[in-house]
Amino acid sequence: MRVLVWLVAETWETAIAAVPETARDVTLLYVVAPDVEEVVGGARAGLLGRGHGPAPPPERSVASISEEAALELLEDARRRLGRAAELELRRGRIEREVVAAAADADLLVLARDGDRSRLGPHSIGRQARFVIDHAPCQVLLVWPDPPPSVATIPPAPD
Amino acid sequence: MAEPLALALSLLALVGTLAAAVRRPRWLPEAAVPAGGAALLVALGAISLTGARHALADLGPTVGFLAALLVLADGCRREGVFAAIGVWMAAASRGAATRLLALTFVACAAVTAVLGLDATVVLLTPVVFATAARLRASPKPHVYACTHLANSASLLLAVSNLTNLLAFRASGLSFTRFAALMALPWLAVIAVEWIVLRRFFAIDLERPHVDARGVGDSPPISRFVLAVLGLTLAGFVASSALGVAPVWFATAGAVAITLPALTRGTATTGSIVRAAEPGFLVFVLGLGVIVATASHNGLHSAVTSLLPGGGSLPDLLAIAAIGAVLANLVNNLPATLILVPVAATLGIGPVLAVLVGVNIGPNLSYTGSLATLLWRRALRAENTDVELGEFARLGLLTVPAGIALATVALWFAVRAWS
Repeated sequence: MRVLVWLVAETWETAIAAVPETARDVTLLYVVAPDVEEVVGGARAGLLGRGHGPAPPPERSVASISEEAALELLEDARRRLGRAAELELRRGRIEREVVAAAADADLLVLARDGDRSRLGPHSIGRQARFVIDHAPCQVLLVWPDPPPSVATIPPAPD
Repeated sequence: MAEPLALALSLLALVGTLAAAVRRPRWLPEAAVPAGGAALLVALGAISLTGARHALADLGPTVGFLAALLVLADGCRREGVFAAIGVWMAAASRGAATRLLALTFVACAAVTAVLGLDATVVLLTPVVFATAARLRASPKPHVYACTHLANSASLLLAVSNLTNLLAFRASGLSFTRFAALMALPWLAVIAVEWIVLRRFFAIDLERPHVDARGVGDSPPISRFVLAVLGLTLAGFVASSALGVAPVWFATAGAVAITLPALTRGTATTGSIVRAAEPGFLVFVLGLGVIVATASHNGLHSAVTSLLPGGGSLPDLLAIAAIGAVLANLVNNLPATLILVPVAATLGIGPVLAVLVGVNIGPNLSYTGSLATLLWRRALRAENTDVELGEFARLGLLTVPAGIALATVALWFAVRAWS
């Protein structure tokens, strides 16, 4: 079984914990979104020509920092998994890159990315929503924190 | 030369200058178009040589002030100030993303106020990003806070933004009075940014935990740098009492932070010159002559009829709104050069209201103006994987509210302090 695990900085540990013991072929995926870099580069462009002094351009340092941080996270995740796994780093629109990476997976593992304080449609964020709908394989959606108890369900209407 | 023709030529030079500044072709030095345009306007008689010389003499001290501030900020980078801020933020956040955002606000507000908007954009933002990444917190709230506060938190001091330096000189205010009048607007807009960002990124900020293992170790900010910054600020504050222009204290600070590095060999003369951005300084001078030409030939009277003539609250709100719109159309530097000379004749309130508009307004787009934004989008047309609707929504939530509240605070401060 080919398993793809989509890791996000804050919730990667729960996603790793959910990888089935039996899975032999595991790929750990992290997607870097270029929008933060674009905002940083755009802010410098707004300086109308300033910001070209001896310090490295901020957008370049942001790009290298984010890739370095992503690789470090992937390495940490593989160590936590405790067995062989392929690491994949992608760059682009997050939800689309995840779906594309899942093209030949049998199972995609991901953590919820929404507002978990109010259970309902918003407990799944926009990116996870897209991935769940469009992933070309089975999806295992895990809670980053302990799953809610049955008591969180409101009483049935009369 | 006939006035309408001179006005048309100077506006053409202005458009050319902005187009070159936005497109930044590799083969064309940034200062070439404004400098060439200014020279051409003088040669064609659109502005007299005396008029051009007046414009340059008027801008000279401001440009020198900016150069000193840029060298001072770069000196702080070289001495590790920004790296130390990152380590302090990581440690003090104690693993909570909301606390990290609060620390980002403190760092951005302080750095922008003291070292200026450029320092926050170029030097502090990468450090904040690296800190968030190291803590495995979503970097977006923190980086967007940096970008926003670089603009909106630049209201406080005359040195916080080039626009302030220009208005400061035109207004004739002392350094401390400028700060006293702008303190309340500055706090008001930071409060708006905090409330909006905190809610806008509530989900990112409440993710289960932030990994605080990665907090690095870095020496604290050296006492020498703190002393230089403290004495420079003290000099600014005491400048009017001592009868010495603030630019001399900035120059002294820049020299003080540079000399030890030059003798130690950690900086070269070349790197110091590059830190002062000579190309940009010439750019500002050229732009100043071009705008002065337009002003002499009818732009001044057009702006006079556009701006409301009083210092009432609705007048100040209208002036701030005009400043924000113009800043978004053409970038805030030309907007300031166009509006401030007229606003200065109307009084202190109107000049500072222009600053509220041109400093906060650019947050509507992340590039400071629509022209820059559209050009960047055009460049990326084939590679449209960047999602920036979020930034635009954040701008719409903060900019009108921030400008309105800051202007009310300004109106109150002007009444209370005069």
